[in-house]
Parts: sequence; structure tokens; C-alpha cells
Amino acid sequence: MSQELILGIYVFIMAIFVGFEVIARVPSVLHTPLMSGTNAIHGIVVLGAMLVAGSADTTLVHALGFIAVVFGAANVFGGFVVTDRMLEMFRKRDAAKEAEEKKNV
Amino acid sequence: MSDLRESAIAVSYIVAAVLFIFGLKQLSSPSTARAGNRLAAMGMALALGATLLDRQILSYWSIALGTFIGAVMGIYFARTVQMTAMPQMVALFNGMGGATAALVSVAEFLRLSRSSELVGKGESTSIVLGTIIGAVSFTGSLIAFGKLQEILSGKPLQFPMQRAINALTLVAISALGAWVVMGSGGAFALWIVFAASLFLGAMFVLPIGGGDMPVVISILNSLTGLAAALTGFVLHNQMLVVAGVLVGASGTLLTLLMSTAMNRSVANVLFGAFGASGSSAAAAETGVHRTVRQTTTEDTAIALAYARTVVIVPGYGLAVAEAQHTVRELATDLEKRGVNVKYAIHPVAGRMPGHMNVLLAEANVPYDQLLEMDQVNGEFPQTDVVLVVGANDVVNPAARDDPASPIYGMPILDVDRARNIIVLKRSMGHGFAGIDNALFYHEKTRMLFGDARQSLTEVGQALKSA
Repeated sequence: MSQELILGIYVFIMAIFVGFEVIARVPSVLHTPLMSGTNAIHGIVVLGAMLVAGSADTTLVHALGFIAVVFGAANVFGGFVVTDRMLEMFRKRDAAKEAEEKKNV
Repeated sequence: MSDLRESAIAVSYIVAAVLFIFGLKQLSSPSTARAGNRLAAMGMALALGATLLDRQILSYWSIALGTFIGAVMGIYFARTVQMTAMPQMVALFNGMGGATAALVSVAEFLRLSRSSELVGKGESTSIVLGTIIGAVSFTGSLIAFGKLQEILSGKPLQFPMQRAINALTLVAISALGAWVVMGSGGAFALWIVFAASLFLGAMFVLPIGGGDMPVVISILNSLTGLAAALTGFVLHNQMLVVAGVLVGASGTLLTLLMSTAMNRSVANVLFGAFGASGSSAAAAETGVHRTVRQTTTEDTAIALAYARTVVIVPGYGLAVAEAQHTVRELATDLEKRGVNVKYAIHPVAGRMPGHMNVLLAEANVPYDQLLEMDQVNGEFPQTDVVLVVGANDVVNPAARDDPASPIYGMPILDVDRARNIIVLKRSMGHGFAGIDNALFYHEKTRMLFGDARQSLTEVGQALKSA
């Protein structure tokens, strides 16, 4: 095994622990937005698509890379925007509550 | 780190990884969640920007055009989709990510096998696994999208030999995949692996009932993360490995949390063939007392107006009818009359955990009126009227009382313990689990058939004259 592959496996294993640890105490209200947020993050794969499309040496590879960039970009942009829209509702709720409190005062 | 450009890329990737981790951390707390999402988006922008500096990239026009088309498509759908359709939107975007991972794997294999350098075992294993997992995630997500969008039936779709066909497909994929890894199978073998994996993804999700789609989407989400990480091994890109694995791991944990909320094991969701055998038994059993008592909007209004405590149980029917604003108006009117109104939110009400909270928050329902299952279950015996708006499986007493029921053991809202129950429903159709609900035949239950929003509006009007 190459040194680089071993390093990659290290990173892989460490990232598993971080991924588990970082969301360990999430309330069920946030399950959907969190799923949507992580969904946007795996759109990072568009980065691979860019490398493939940008360095393609045949038409077929170029075409595959191009389609991959389109799908990946939709995943990234759509993913973050849809998550933001979901979370906007939580902000609204606080605002609504504040407005209510003001009214009561 | 031979030159400045490479160092800049490497440093950007490290910063982006840190931003992803902090973003995820903040996403798991309600007050910081929105900032967390933006932090992760910043990380993404940084990582993608840095990648454009890579010397491997010779032509930019296809990247620019592809990104533009994808971004416009993604943002358009994300902004125009109804709040009620969010879950299937997540499924759709997830499928696109899966497709990207699979296409990148295939394309990189084509490029590597044309060049003179020998494809290493590490790379080829990653390529094969990335292709399989990405393709399964793609078609699996599309089927999940179809089921939630109700293009496909939400019921578990089953046919003879299903398991045998799936097992055979899996064996074929493994054999061909191994052949590719060994270096003898060429591009053609990989294309077959790709096609067979697309088929497997669809076959894998079709037999799963619509009610289990949240868990399925969560699984597919973490699979796409894993596929993205595998492309990182192929392209020798640590950024892909880190971000992909972060999603793979947190997605797995999220899947476990969700299935715990539904009291089902992940294996049971995937292979339980849910609702197929149990429904007939449940239907036969409830056949004894099948009388349904209907009520009118006027009677409902009076029952509500003279109650001291009312608990509203929203379900997917409320989301479909977009009745969240109407229900809030009705609740406000009731409160003006001195009725104590609360909302009971089941952890998986709607199609996804948190779905109802988001919808009701959109309608400005005060946060302190939303009660979670554990808080509200003790209060039902003292509740005068429970108004069930388009919820079904989450109030099915069979989950508590009938060990033969396929949803037995799922925690439910004990609405049958309230003094009166009024159920707003479109028809006597089944819930997403595809099973009968004994609550509807209960002697304390009255059914108010019709579109939830229209029924609620009429109840609101009747309330004014009550």
C-alpha cells in the first residue's frame, strides 16, 4: 500500500469519529434540517466532477464529467438553499414570539 | 507543497474542513442552526474556489457551464418547492449527489485505463465501490422521491422472486466488480456494474413503505457521503475524503436516531416488507366493529367551543391541504373564547422528524403550544376534545395494543384516552403504513370527512355563530 493510501485511511477513520461526535446530541426537531445540511455537504463531490471535466482527454470522459458537474452543482446549491429555507422557519418562530411578547407588554 | 499554488489549495482545504465541522456542530442546535448552514456553505465555496486553481484543470468552459446549469436548477427547485415537499426535495438532491459520485468514478476509470500507468488496487477498489454506492443512491433516491411526491404508490411494492432477483443482482455486481479490481475486467465490465447498481437501487427502495422513507433517505444520504469519500481516494483528494466521511458518519448516526424515534430497527425498515402481511390481519380483526360515526362542521364547532381543553394533532394531511394557517386561526379563535389549545407533535408526524414543527412555525404558532409526545401523553385523559388533522398511523392504538400489527411497538399519541376525538380526514383511506386504524371505529370518535383546510375554514365560520 502506498503512503498516500495509508494517510487517506487515517483521515477516513478520524473523520468517522468526528462525524459521530459532532451531531451526537441533536434534538429530533432538527433531524430534517440536519439531514438536508449534510446532504448539501456531500455535494462536495462536485469538486471531483470539476477535476474530471477540466482534465478530460476524450469526448466521453468530458461528457460524463460535464453531466457530473451539473448534478453535483444542483446538489450543492439546491441543498444549501433548501436547508436555509427550512431553518428560516425557526428564526421566524423566535421573531413571532418576540412580537407576541411585545404585544403583551 | 512544491509551490505557492499547491500550498494555497492545501490550506484552503484544511480551512474548509474545519468550517464543515463547525457548521455541522452548529446545525445540531436550534439557535445556531441557520448560521451553521451558512458556515458550511462558506466552507463549500472555499473548497470549490481552491479546486479551480488545480493545475490538472486545463479547460474551464465545461466547468463554468455545468456549474451554472446545475446551480440555476438547484436554486430554482429549492426556492419554489412548497414547504410540505421539502423531504422529497432532499431525496432528489441526494440522488444527484449519488449520480455525480458514480459518474466521476466511471469517468476516472476510463481516463486511468487509457493512460499507460497501471491502475492501482486501491484506486480500482474505490472506483468500483464508488460506482456501486453512487448508482444505488441515485436510483434509490429517485424512487424515494417518487413515493413521497406520490408519483409512485406509497405502499410497499412487492412481487414474486424479489429477494432472489436482488440477491442475484448483488452477486453479479460483486463478481464483475472483483473482476474489474483484479485488472482483467475492462470499461465494459464497469459499465455493467454501473447499470446493475442502478437497477439494484430501485429494487431496494420499491418494497419499502412510504412511511419509512425518512429513514431510507437518511441511509441513502450517508451512502452518498461514503461514495463521495471513495472518489476522494480515486482522485487523491483529501477534501473529498474528509467531507464525504463526515456526512457518511453523521448520516449513519442520524439514521439510528430516526429509527429509534420510530422504535424500529434499521434492518426492520429495510427488509421488513412492512405492511404487506400485517394489513390483512389487522383488517380482518377490525371487521367486527366497523361502524364509523360521522359528524358535521357545526357539531365540531360546538364541541370545540364548549371544551375547556383542546389538543390538535397535526399530520401529513394538514401539510397536504396546507391547512397550517387555517388551523392556527381556528386555535386563536378558540383561545379568545377561553379554550386552552395545545398542539401534540409526534416525533415522526408528517413525513420527517421536525416536519410539523417547521410548518406550524411558518404559520406563527407559538412555540410553547407545541408539545412533544412524552409531554402530552399524560394530559389526554383530561382533554375534552382532540382534533386529529390528517394524522393516521401516529394515533393508531394498534401500535400499543395489538402485537399482530406491523406497527406494534411504535410509540404513539394516546388520543384514544381523551374524552372526545374528532378526526379530519379526506376519506377512509389508509395511512402511509397502509394499515387500518382502530381509532376511527372507536365509540368516542367522530369523523369529519373532506379536505382539511376547507373543513377547518367551515368549522371556523360555524364557530363564530356558535
